[in-house]
Amino acid sequence: MQAKERNVVRYAGYVLFTVLGFLAAILINWLFPQMDKTVTFQSYQTIFGKMDAGTLLRIVLVILVIGFTVSGALAFRDEEKRKKYIDRAKFRFAMGILIAVLDITGTKMKILPQPFFPGPAEILAPFLEEGDFILTNTLYSLRLYIFGFSFGVLFGIGTGILIGWFEKAYYWISPVLNIAGVIPAVAWMPFALTLFPTPFTAAVFLIVICAWFPIASLTAMGIQSTPRAQYEAAKILGGNTAYLLFHEAIPNAMPQIFTGISTANANAFTTLVMAEMLGQPGGLGYYINLAKVWSSYYKVFAAILIMAVLFSIILKLVGRIEKYVLRWQRGIVK
Amino acid sequence: MILKIEHVNRQYTEDERSVEVLRDINLELKEGEFVSIIGTSGCGKTTLLRLITGLDKANEGRILFQGEEVASPHYKRGYIFQQHNLFQWLTVEKNVAAGLKARHVFKENRQNIQKYIDLVGLKGFEKSYPHQLSGGMAQRVAIARALINEPELLVLDEPMGALDSFTRADIQDKLLEIRKEKNLTMLLVTHDVDEAVYMSDRIVIMTPRPGKINEIIDVKIPYPRNRGGVEFLSLRRKLLEKFDLANAQPQPEYMI
Repeated sequence: MQAKERNVVRYAGYVLFTVLGFLAAILINWLFPQMDKTVTFQSYQTIFGKMDAGTLLRIVLVILVIGFTVSGALAFRDEEKRKKYIDRAKFRFAMGILIAVLDITGTKMKILPQPFFPGPAEILAPFLEEGDFILTNTLYSLRLYIFGFSFGVLFGIGTGILIGWFEKAYYWISPVLNIAGVIPAVAWMPFALTLFPTPFTAAVFLIVICAWFPIASLTAMGIQSTPRAQYEAAKILGGNTAYLLFHEAIPNAMPQIFTGISTANANAFTTLVMAEMLGQPGGLGYYINLAKVWSSYYKVFAAILIMAVLFSIILKLVGRIEKYVLRWQRGIVK
Repeated sequence: MILKIEHVNRQYTEDERSVEVLRDINLELKEGEFVSIIGTSGCGKTTLLRLITGLDKANEGRILFQGEEVASPHYKRGYIFQQHNLFQWLTVEKNVAAGLKARHVFKENRQNIQKYIDLVGLKGFEKSYPHQLSGGMAQRVAIARALINEPELLVLDEPMGALDSFTRADIQDKLLEIRKEKNLTMLLVTHDVDEAVYMSDRIVIMTPRPGKINEIIDVKIPYPRNRGGVEFLSLRRKLLEKFDLANAQPQPEYMI
């Protein structure tokens, strides 16, 4: 009984340690004097009342503190999640401290070279200043990604199956794939812009192209690597060609298909931002370009922050799908 | 006769050189019979099974299954492989159901899935994946997967070769039980003389290079057989002698 209580106290210590860095960041933002007088924060009207960027930073930090406390409490019951949480405590503490340090050096004392290294509060300022505009651009990027990537995946898997299954298709298509695949997708930009009716469809085309190559080649490899014995087992059971393809070759290729999808995802993010920077009427890349022209580096950082969060969420979702589809591998692959 | 093998020859061409694998194989199997083929490795046992199931084609001669020439694989001729060859991405239940799905008769036969899982003694493992099973369990899933198609001939290619002797004995009994219940014809390839004597009505002895049938021995011991019985041991000895193993003297560890 006593040992159990000790465990609870120890775990609570870890939760406290996790949020301690963020708590420190809140206190520093709140209590540390603004020594550099050139910095002024404007107040903006929001749906939560009037606030400035400093307040927004504190709100974000409070949300992080509450979030990590709640997730810590929820993780307590599951041993694996608990271990993971404890393992991450140090890193999260360091994150909080880093925010505090950047706040002092970037905003409060302004000893970092300006305007290239704004403090955390300034990075959040654009969300108050032009939140709607950022949201519009984020949605533009997201739409571009969803269209481009889903067509890329479909097209890539389709081509991969063709090449992997039919020898004729392998002979004719794979050299084209190997030559065209190494060209960075943005190189097609000028061509795409003239060929497609709108900049949006041109960018979708580029993302499709960049996702197509890794997915197609890995799908083909996965299909070709299906052991002959597996086909024979299926033939003995009465399977026809369609059965061999859809119930043997494709499931067998699934792990490689997902490797292709992960690679394609990284390509797609790059191509997406590059395409937006080179000639799109919206999107986060477009926003960065716009901010750069006015030397508003804090806005560039704001856009980068959104990309980090958005792309991480996308990767996490894809990871979830992969984990579900490949659940039969649990225990084989570490 | 459920199966008739007539003057079958099989050669491969390897590096422009012809390798004779099977020469003039003649064999007939009666319905419900259990026949074992024993022989050292390289005597073409597996090739013969592949010809029978239709995974491979003979150069000369013909194989008749229920009076019709074997042209391609058919679910009526089940095959248990040396390796279980289960579908790694499917649960036990779905592996067993694979044959029904492949033949598009899943809906009308789905109640059989549990029946066959129970038959091979894997109740409770329906939702497990192949890599979570032991070798013996996986091989039993493979047996259930073959049986659900209700084959009329089951060929077994050393399915117990990789298993420990307890698991092997267990699966041997299970197979005999199934054979009795369904009057299923079985053709087993094995290295193990004990296994052949324990299970078969007839034992076919093959010799290698080129693989041909050397002798066919009738086993007249009534089932269930006693592995320690006098008749069992004398037949076992006789078979081992044919392979020149019975009289081999143990090598002394040292000499004076």
